[in-house]
Amino acid sequence: MVMTSGWSIFIIIIVVAHIIGYSYLLWSTSKMKAKDYKEGETTGHEWDGIQEYNNPLPRWWLYMFILTIIFAIGYLVLYPGMGNYKGTLGWTQENEWAKENQDVLAKRAELFSTFIDKPIPEMIKDEKAIAIGERLFANHCSTCHGSDAQGAVGFPNLTDDDWLYGSQPDTLVQTITNGRNGVMPAWGAALGDEGVKQVAAYVREFSEQGQDEKLVAEGQKKFAMFCVACHGADAKGNHMLGAPNLTDTTWLHSFDSGLVETILIEGISGKMPAHGELLDEGSIKVLAAYVYSLTHE
Amino acid sequence: MKTNFNDEIVKKFAIATVLWGIVGMLVGVFIAAEMAWPLLNMDVPWLTFSRLRPLHTNAVIFAFGGNALIGTSLYVAYRTCKADLYMPKLASFVFWGYQLVILLAVLTLPFGYTQSREYAELIWPIDILLTVVWVSYAVVFFGTLTKRKEKHIFVANWFYAAFIITIALLHIVNNLQIPVNWHLSYSIYPGAVDAIVQWWYGHNAVGFFLTAGFLGMMYYFIPLQAGRPVYSYRLSIVHFWALISSYMWAGPHHLHYTSLPDWTQSLGMVFSLILLAPSWGGMINGIMTLSGAWHKLRDDPIIKFLIVSLSFYGMSTFEGPMMAIKTVNALSHYTDWTIGHVHSGALGWVALITIGSLYVLIPRLWNKKAMYSTKLINTHFWIATLGIVLYIASMWIAGVMQGLMWRDINADGTVVYSFAETVKATYPYYIARFLGGTLFLAGMCIMLYNFIMTVKSRGDAVALDKLEGAVA
Repeated sequence: MVMTSGWSIFIIIIVVAHIIGYSYLLWSTSKMKAKDYKEGETTGHEWDGIQEYNNPLPRWWLYMFILTIIFAIGYLVLYPGMGNYKGTLGWTQENEWAKENQDVLAKRAELFSTFIDKPIPEMIKDEKAIAIGERLFANHCSTCHGSDAQGAVGFPNLTDDDWLYGSQPDTLVQTITNGRNGVMPAWGAALGDEGVKQVAAYVREFSEQGQDEKLVAEGQKKFAMFCVACHGADAKGNHMLGAPNLTDTTWLHSFDSGLVETILIEGISGKMPAHGELLDEGSIKVLAAYVYSLTHE
Repeated sequence: MKTNFNDEIVKKFAIATVLWGIVGMLVGVFIAAEMAWPLLNMDVPWLTFSRLRPLHTNAVIFAFGGNALIGTSLYVAYRTCKADLYMPKLASFVFWGYQLVILLAVLTLPFGYTQSREYAELIWPIDILLTVVWVSYAVVFFGTLTKRKEKHIFVANWFYAAFIITIALLHIVNNLQIPVNWHLSYSIYPGAVDAIVQWWYGHNAVGFFLTAGFLGMMYYFIPLQAGRPVYSYRLSIVHFWALISSYMWAGPHHLHYTSLPDWTQSLGMVFSLILLAPSWGGMINGIMTLSGAWHKLRDDPIIKFLIVSLSFYGMSTFEGPMMAIKTVNALSHYTDWTIGHVHSGALGWVALITIGSLYVLIPRLWNKKAMYSTKLINTHFWIATLGIVLYIASMWIAGVMQGLMWRDINADGTVVYSFAETVKATYPYYIARFLGGTLFLAGMCIMLYNFIMTVKSRGDAVALDKLEGAVA
């Protein structure tokens, strides 16, 4: 931050004037020593019965005042303060931050060096790595996936065997780095009211048998027309597209029939934000290892 | 004995001080309880912490402190100048106008009408009213000084004068806003400039409202009650000029490690350190005034209030410069340590000196020999002191703990504690703080009772030295 030299000079002048002012004030009033002062002598004024002594300045107080002035002068030589003058140390708060940050990164690199080159299935055997991964997870992931990684409605549980995009080490790194955008289009117009009910009955039948048979049968036909492209002919989903497996009892959003129908009508999307710009490669790998460790030994 | 206008107007301010003090502290105790038990806001917007906190600060600083300052300054001015108050009708306007400003604050702040500037929350129409009232106050005060029958101006009046002039300057410069409608306006300053104008205002509100003004009170009521001359005239000169000039620079310490340029932060820090000695000059001058009469500290609970207030003043003006050092500030900033620091000044210094001065003033104004009950003054003193100690000790511990928890990082660069964990750890200290505040409020209620009983009591002081020379 640079100001014009006019302002800089203005600042220097008023700072110096203040410091000289304090020094003069102290010099001019401290000349009297305690032995020169006659005990009990007032200034001779009286207001509403109140008089004033004129005791000398307490020495310890005077020295304390002078010390703070000396400190101020020293500090303003060493550090920025006098307008555009940078100070002999060249200190700035940005530098200080950068240095602290570098120290942290260096320390971490040293810590990481013991395990970071191992492949993820090996890394999960390193307790230190997993402990770090768990803390990174708490900091960056737990808001959505929960501190126990068991997710919430709309946010996948990472501790079960049901994966939208797969749980292979490379896939996890990819998911964390670039994020994921899962989009299910709206089918309300294409299916019509009756069609929505039929398809809903068909997909619910996998998890809860005993749906209306007629609806299920019709739903299966419609499913084959509209849904197979993503969810597959066997409705077991597709990791390439992040399309959920509909044949298990794990439901990302809800099993409630009303909600299944709403999703069919309106579509739904799920977004996992990209963390590639927030976290460095090492951290992402450790994080992926932690997530991998939740379902692998 | 006949009453006179001079005393009548000061009486009004004395009553307002105690009543608003109780209101402001009650709101404070309530929001302290909300910190410990958040459900207390009952989901009512105007009962939430965010709405009531500015009401609390405005009420205790400007309503309690302001009425005390204006009232005592007028009293000290006419007593030490041996002159009647200048323009009595204007003085009446100052009283009622000031109460109107406070009432409008009560009617706007809880309902979300705010400028969102700390300690300058009042919306622009109220700011204008306050400006008019304040300038009128200045006219009455300085008018009285010019009418004085003494050659010299008593030291208390220098401090009151600095307080009045500077608050006018601060209030106007910090509230330069462009109105959009009757309640909304925008600051004329951009970005970081706006931030430093606000904190130049904010810290000088501490320096001139909460310090210089109350030093004025101290310089009159301590020598008066102690019956001793002021310790040192020359010390009062040095610390007066040094105090008012160095306070002006201290604001940037509220913005350490922000987008404020480094040079501004440095100047804020070094002048905050220079401020230590001038602040202590006032403490020394007050406490040493008692030298030769130390026994009064044991016998007279009013002297206890006055002298202990200076001890808290000395403590918080030592703590302040230390917290302004950047490395210390890196720990203390944004923690409850700041809240503790403010309250050691606000409760320990501002409130205790005010309470002590009022205990001197009330019997004089209502022409009584003494307060109704000295025992109750003593009870008030101990309950208030205990409350302050409980309050600031809990906030010290909480603040340092928060600062240490927030900065604690693992070797891998992650934070050790989540924010919620630090809140949980602070919980017991919030309860302790609530208890401290409650004790202090209880003390104020005792004072109100003692005040009422004093006014109602018979036994007028026959020979209380009434004004000599001024019209009675």
